[in-house]
Amino acid sequence: MAKKKIRIRAKMKGDIAEVKTLMSHPMETGFRKNKKTGKKIPPHFIKEVVCEHKGNKVLVASWGVAVSKNPYLSFKFKGAAKGDTITISWNDNKGESATADAKVG
Amino acid sequence: MKRRTFLKGTVASGMLGVAASAGLLTPRMVLAAWPETAFAAKGIDEALDSLLGSTTLAESGDIKIKAPEIAENGAVVPITISTGMTAESISVLIAKNPSPLACSFALGGSTQGFVSTRVKMGETSDLIAVIKSGGKLYSAKKTVKVTIGGCGG
Repeated sequence: MAKKKIRIRAKMKGDIAEVKTLMSHPMETGFRKNKKTGKKIPPHFIKEVVCEHKGNKVLVASWGVAVSKNPYLSFKFKGAAKGDTITISWNDNKGESATADAKVG
Repeated sequence: MKRRTFLKGTVASGMLGVAASAGLLTPRMVLAAWPETAFAAKGIDEALDSLLGSTTLAESGDIKIKAPEIAENGAVVPITISTGMTAESISVLIAKNPSPLACSFALGGSTQGFVSTRVKMGETSDLIAVIKSGGKLYSAKKTVKVTIGGCGG
């Protein structure tokens, strides 16, 4: 089974939608060394995460290497309703990207 | 909605991102808009100036930083920033990291002043949250002690 790259959970709390998401990504800083070879491990990290609801960008995150491995991100916004779709996508410094969506529950 | 001038690059790159996923652009063009100089900056002022165009911070009691007093593992420090202000953006800087700027969030009009994530900290340091609201910058600080450096203690 392919590993899911983004997991999203969105829930309505009153009139505010609370979104929690986990991305699977190594978030390599470029400072670490490979113990066997002594060579630096090149940086590999998510640069940007875009969270959308009905075509509106509710959150655009710009990240550096200081965000932890397998990043967790949570935020809240108004104007959503149960059953709405939330789309989250990221792209990293190697040009890789992933997109996932979830329904607000 | 008042268009935010802040993080022009970020918003623009977000749009590029949409275009890219539609197959209109190459990923390289998307990456070009990421605030590279801000993330590469070695000093807080340098990072702020490059990212937000100002280094004037007003301390605010209306910013809450939720982070552990003592972080056992500097590789995973959970942080939550919240504010009652109408925030246009929330940025997190870690004073003693090689590059202080850890992450920056541009918020949409309906987004609450709240973000939660996990960051890496090289050593005991101040965590600085900078919030842009109404064209001004507000900040709050919290010191987090990191017990494990790199050796597992």
